[in-house]
Amino acid sequence: MAVKVLLKNDHIEGIRYYDTYRKHGGYAAAEKALKMAPADIVEEVKKSGLRGRGGAGFPTGMKWSFLAKPEGVPRHLVCNADESEPGTFKDRYLMEFHPHTLIEGLLISSFALGSNATYIYIRGEYAWIVGILEQAIDEAKKNGWLGKNIQGTGFDCEIYVHRGAGAYICGEETALIESLEGKRGNPRMKPPFPAIQGLWMRPTVVNNVETLAAVVPIINMGGEEYAKIGVGRSTGSKLLSVCGNVNKPGVYEIDMTISVEEFIYSDEYCGGIPNGKRLKACIPGGSSVPIVPANLLFKTAKGETRYMNYESLSDGGFATGTMMGSGGFIVLDEDQCIVRHTMTLARFYNHESCGQCSPCREGTGWMYKILKNIETGKGKMSDIDLLWDIQRRIEGNTICPLGDAAAWPVAAAIRHFRDEFEWHVNNPEESQKRNFGLAHYADPIHVPASA
Amino acid sequence: MIKFSESRLAKVKEIIARYPDGKQKSALIPVLHMAQDDFGGWLDAPVMDYIAELLQIKPIEVYEVATFYSMFNTKPVGKHLLEVCRTGPCMLNGSDDIIDYIKEKLGIREGETTADGLFTLKPAECLGACGYAPMMQLGEHYREHLTKEKIDKLIDELRAQAKN
Repeated sequence: MAVKVLLKNDHIEGIRYYDTYRKHGGYAAAEKALKMAPADIVEEVKKSGLRGRGGAGFPTGMKWSFLAKPEGVPRHLVCNADESEPGTFKDRYLMEFHPHTLIEGLLISSFALGSNATYIYIRGEYAWIVGILEQAIDEAKKNGWLGKNIQGTGFDCEIYVHRGAGAYICGEETALIESLEGKRGNPRMKPPFPAIQGLWMRPTVVNNVETLAAVVPIINMGGEEYAKIGVGRSTGSKLLSVCGNVNKPGVYEIDMTISVEEFIYSDEYCGGIPNGKRLKACIPGGSSVPIVPANLLFKTAKGETRYMNYESLSDGGFATGTMMGSGGFIVLDEDQCIVRHTMTLARFYNHESCGQCSPCREGTGWMYKILKNIETGKGKMSDIDLLWDIQRRIEGNTICPLGDAAAWPVAAAIRHFRDEFEWHVNNPEESQKRNFGLAHYADPIHVPASA
Repeated sequence: MIKFSESRLAKVKEIIARYPDGKQKSALIPVLHMAQDDFGGWLDAPVMDYIAELLQIKPIEVYEVATFYSMFNTKPVGKHLLEVCRTGPCMLNGSDDIIDYIKEKLGIREGETTADGLFTLKPAECLGACGYAPMMQLGEHYREHLTKEKIDKLIDELRAQAKN
């Protein structure tokens, strides 16, 4: 069902500004948190079951508890606002329309972790949002929520907005740290983990925008109450950004108990597919997660209803399931070409590979070239196996997860849509004039053998 | 001579102060954005050398960063850079047609600049506006839900602006 937690004040005009935000309960969580012991705040976040909203879904409280606290060494909190996963634009929405929720979350989290200088690393293209955030920071500072001796606690904290310059890889936390140090965004070898040696080799926590904003309701409600929203290990609310072939693209907040079918067809959310077209496929968690055909989307391979949460979306593993990822929900209707779509994703990952590891640097380029050949009617049947072989050699063989992120979309497309690839190879001329169409991809379930 | 104005130099100083002493290299990307804005929309070698001097780092440290990030132009570009997204979600909503239309309208290919120096077309990868596709980045702002009519209007406006 729809819940209003992060976006509860979405309808209020002027919520972007301090006075309105404060009037509607803003900074109440900060007031409460500043009276708590930092360790107790970490404990509340642990109890909430909050999982990182950037894509990996790692428990936030646990990540915080790894932070090293050597005597005399400053620690830093860094907010990852480098939102770049195709299909994902939820953090942009939060920052653009609810900047104070983020600033309040950052203040509480900085207090909990002991960060006196906190940075928001925002993707360079979100240039106009820098001004919105800086204005919110100014307002918070004027009202005593940032700066020296905040609310008489003796705690000092400054928040700075740092603009990137166009590099998907900087969403990976160690690449982000390198970039924040004024370098190329090349991910670091781990260990050491950022919690031990991160920004300027100091202990650092990097969290996604939505994750840090969620700290506000967690403190307001208490961790245990927050954990009651949702189901199982998918606690709290989740923002989803919807795009592709739906009637109502946009950002939605859900409590992770609704079914995928309801999410797509209910007027409360996506509102169905335009022009009465049928659903062909969906990538529910940002371009990196496996694409699934319509017949594996609403029901799992076991025939159970699939829900919009971490566990249910990944039911069946990569053979028949997918992932919650970043919540970038991409819908493809019956007229879309899987080969062409996969080619654009391969081009994206090739463009964004930092070039450090050869499997990713070379492999992403080859995958793009081969897919382009198949798409333009110049492919050979052996190219499909070659693609499969290349993605397998990238996955797991790189310093950072960009390699996996590039391999998975290609693997899933071949796993579920192999006959569409073969049709392109066998019908080079026809494939330039029309699409393969829906074919059997929405037919009642048939479980493909795991690849 | 390449030099920031006094007010811009004060801004550079303010940015450097955000980072710990001796970590002024962290200011590199924000300062390169300023340099690109102030010195003609791209980063020529003398501009990069100036930034290196300003931040007391080696020129190579600036070059390697400027060439890594896609927002930094290391070659001249037109007055208006039309960066049209073409990744998956935008493609599903017709970005290929938009790119073709711009090419035809301006008589340029991808990466080229019009003869009058007004427009450069640069296909871009995902800019985080997937729900408002197709879209492009123009300067510091996004133009979303693009149509051929909107492109016509935009180009007319920018041309008229250039004449005044």
